[in-house]
Amino acid sequence: MKNLKLITSPFNLNNPITVQVLGICSSLAVTVQLKPAIVMALSVTVVTAFSNLIISALRNTIPSRIRIIVQLVVIAALVIIVDQLLKAYVYDVSKKLSVFVGLIITNCILMGRLEAYAMANKPWPSFLDGIGNGLGYGLILVIIAFIRELLGSGTLFGFHVIPQAFYNLGYLNNGMLILPPMALILIGVIIWVQRSFNRSLIEK
Amino acid sequence: MFSNRYILIYSTVMVIIVAVALTFVAVLLKPAQLNNIRVEKMQNILKSVHIESTPKNAEELYKKFISESFVISTKGVLNNEIKAFDVDLYLEMKKKPEERNLPVFVCTKDDASRYFIIPVRGKGLWGPIWGYVSLKDDLNTIEGTMFDHKGETPGLGAEINTSVFQDQFIGKTIFDEKDNFVSVNVIKGGAKPDDIHCVDAISGGTITSKGLEDMIREGINPYVAYFKEQMKKK
Repeated sequence: MKNLKLITSPFNLNNPITVQVLGICSSLAVTVQLKPAIVMALSVTVVTAFSNLIISALRNTIPSRIRIIVQLVVIAALVIIVDQLLKAYVYDVSKKLSVFVGLIITNCILMGRLEAYAMANKPWPSFLDGIGNGLGYGLILVIIAFIRELLGSGTLFGFHVIPQAFYNLGYLNNGMLILPPMALILIGVIIWVQRSFNRSLIEK
Repeated sequence: MFSNRYILIYSTVMVIIVAVALTFVAVLLKPAQLNNIRVEKMQNILKSVHIESTPKNAEELYKKFISESFVISTKGVLNNEIKAFDVDLYLEMKKKPEERNLPVFVCTKDDASRYFIIPVRGKGLWGPIWGYVSLKDDLNTIEGTMFDHKGETPGLGAEINTSVFQDQFIGKTIFDEKDNFVSVNVIKGGAKPDDIHCVDAISGGTITSKGLEDMIREGINPYVAYFKEQMKKK
């Protein structure tokens, strides 16, 4: 029961993006289209889960003075391995993600979870915490990417979904949504909506 | 707590383990990755003449349709020492134009129509862009194009690898009526519909579009001497 909560709480009350306000940078960068957003979310989930697991297993041996370096080495090594595997076995997907995979290293959620959770908890709960946070991050990414791709390019997963009749009536794709500032505004709106439903999140 | 000696040993061991693991992974996966790149190159060449392939059948289709491939110099002299498929455009572009090795791939389709495929490489906004331009037998009309990029902005410059953009080039010509090389220009704000030397640029992707224009001009320019010679023979 307690373990289940580790996975579900990042979806709402402990969401890495909207509540912990981590990983904002990449959620602005990879949400122009749905497909890269989803693959990015999955890659982040894999890396957070396994880096949490490894760091948690090592937590009693890591000297606190160099713990950040140790964490970074583990994250970087995992990201490189994921990148190499994608390149070797799913080459077309890895091409679509291009630089984004490398950018996982700089995703604040990873360091945040390692510092806040994995350094003080057992491996199995840490692993679940990693999966939960990865998916919680992915949820917001998918919501933003859905809105941005639909209104910005009129497509979903690259397929045109807005009928030509709308364009004939004078409807235009909103080019603003393709640019990062609109993603930031969208995140703001999501935080606003979430807090209006969960009064407990509002700071006194 | 932990002594300095412990920290030093700990970090040394950690770095060695990670280095060995990464080297192992890299060496293990290298052949698969190189093969992916080779197969992708075949797919790209085929795509420029409108032959769709999957990573599985690319090799087979390549053997079937690419009947000839050779390397020429800028003066149009055949160079038999190098295989066209092995020419690395990244290295060639660093040389002076007159010293470059110019690969040509010839595709023969089922109806015996022949197409000349020219690889091109240039600069986008964030990194390299590259592609293949296929010309009809008259060495003037574009049959098809294929472009790709390393890291252009999704939704903006990255649109160069969509068929909407690439199909604009079909039927455009690279020589004007007086047989001067004019290439195909990418026009910001939209090309006139009847202009046979121009296509539309991508809104929001002007630098990538201009880079692509330069890439095509500089990529095809060294071949002009060879093309003119071939045209005279006809």
